[in-house]
Amino acid sequence: MSQLTEIRWHGRGGQGAKTAALLLADVAFQSGKFVQGFPEYGPERMGAPITAYDRISDTEIRVHSNIYEPDFVAVVDDTLLHTVDVTAGLKKEGAILINTEKSADEILPLLNGYEGKVFLINAYHVCMETLGKYFPNTPMLAAMVKVSKVMDTDVFLKEMETSLQHKFARKPEVLEGNMKALKLALGEVVQCR
Amino acid sequence: MKSKAIKTRMSGNEAVAHAIKQINPDVMPAFPITPSTEIPQFVASMIANGEIDTEFIPVESEHSAMSATMGASAAGARAITATSSCGLALMWEMLYVTASSRLPVVMALVNRGLTGPLNINAEHSDSMGARDAGWIQIYSENNQEAYDNFLQAHRIAEHKDVHLPVMICQDGFITSHAVQNITLWEDEPIKEFVGEYNPEHYLLKEDEAMAVGPYAVSNYCMEEKKAHAQAMINAKKVILEVAKEFEEITGQKYGFFEEYKLEDADFAVVAIGSVCGTAKDAVDKLREQGIKAGLLKVRVFRPFPGEEMAKALKNCKAIAIMDRCESYSANGGPLGAELMAALFREKVTAEAVNVMYGLSGRDVRVEDVEEVFDWLTKMAKGELKFTEYPYLGLRD
Repeated sequence: MSQLTEIRWHGRGGQGAKTAALLLADVAFQSGKFVQGFPEYGPERMGAPITAYDRISDTEIRVHSNIYEPDFVAVVDDTLLHTVDVTAGLKKEGAILINTEKSADEILPLLNGYEGKVFLINAYHVCMETLGKYFPNTPMLAAMVKVSKVMDTDVFLKEMETSLQHKFARKPEVLEGNMKALKLALGEVVQCR
Repeated sequence: MKSKAIKTRMSGNEAVAHAIKQINPDVMPAFPITPSTEIPQFVASMIANGEIDTEFIPVESEHSAMSATMGASAAGARAITATSSCGLALMWEMLYVTASSRLPVVMALVNRGLTGPLNINAEHSDSMGARDAGWIQIYSENNQEAYDNFLQAHRIAEHKDVHLPVMICQDGFITSHAVQNITLWEDEPIKEFVGEYNPEHYLLKEDEAMAVGPYAVSNYCMEEKKAHAQAMINAKKVILEVAKEFEEITGQKYGFFEEYKLEDADFAVVAIGSVCGTAKDAVDKLREQGIKAGLLKVRVFRPFPGEEMAKALKNCKAIAIMDRCESYSANGGPLGAELMAALFREKVTAEAVNVMYGLSGRDVRVEDVEEVFDWLTKMAKGELKFTEYPYLGLRD
């Protein structure tokens, strides 16, 4: 892994892209990294496109700018592919992860000629199988860990379990559902190019 | 008592809330406003969870928030509040009353621009507008500094030679909402460092009748103002003493400003707040190319350490003074105007330019700061001269 990994998240207000970015920073911190997770606020409202960022590094992070040439991009809502240039600046050696129920044939032409790796995940399916409700950020978080390799997936699951145990001490069923969603998501990510 | 370092991660707002938890102030009146809202939110949760016994006063406006904070402080309580942007603007009248009444209130200010156009992002126009209100102002680069600065604030404010309110500033969203690594300090050494607040004079003191904020006729008013100004001068010594003591406990070094690779620098950027982290990366990149770049990061803006800064910049060939705040003065921003005057007094002959940057949260990249250094190298060679102060990253 290179010393600094930069990740950009695209979602819509209310879908938890910001939460996913902050959770990734959190879990990467647990694995001993220097982290920076932050949202970019525009006129925030439910459904509006939002961006969030992660920097994960082996050394102290001092820069406070947005990320323009990310190593990885996560798209939480595939309708954004029509309105936001999600692959802008994305490194060719990196990858894009898209949450979609559509096929690779439908998605690939929407990537503005991006030549790097493309990963798809059906987070809706993962959520319905495990949580019974649609919270795309949980499966997207796991999928991004797998795609970006910022940490070992076993370490990731262990750290998530510890942190969710703490967070949902009084709701063990929530813990169980989330852990299932994370594990299922790790298996459901498909590289389509 | 030395503190162990507790390594964790949190946002700038959480960091300030954690400082408040360790200080456990008596009273916190506050009214929510983005991006500082989380601070009273976190504090209210801590009170509800029984972690602290601060009296939280929900009020109907920031004017009332400042009034209640001032009232609590006058009564003898350790009182704090938090706000941003137009929230601070609505406190305006009371900011002056608090400071001139010499009340050691502490405020968490999360910097956000004043309208307009209406915008919620980082800018220093809120606190810079209040720079002449008689408050001490301390700025933070990141979550760590927001935390450490807040822990030092009461000691400075309550010192008998100072007795002035302090605002601890950090950049809205850029640090307030960014989760980053941070080192926290143990409760006990911090409690011992901050200490109990035992004011000498206060309204609820049974055996001493006193008035706070009465009318002063012209025959007395000017002397009061001079005393207030003297307290701000006294604050310089106290700020350094408190920083020294904080260093003994935590190992963290603080002064009026931080000099980053400035000692032998030909070209210096002077700035306030989060952009300084980005500027440090730019300095390192330029140093690798053999360019002697350096940074002066202003921590204390009130009192203004003009003489000390000018001396630190004395050997530079060219200096860029960065303002995240318009003054609409046709003469540059507040840091530019004040530091230029200080450079003149110290007879610093370097080329100097005031640069406007990051207004309304306009993003600043490492490359943008490199561009400023590029201007400086050209200015030093006589190849570039600005007739108006430039705007960094302005679109055509």
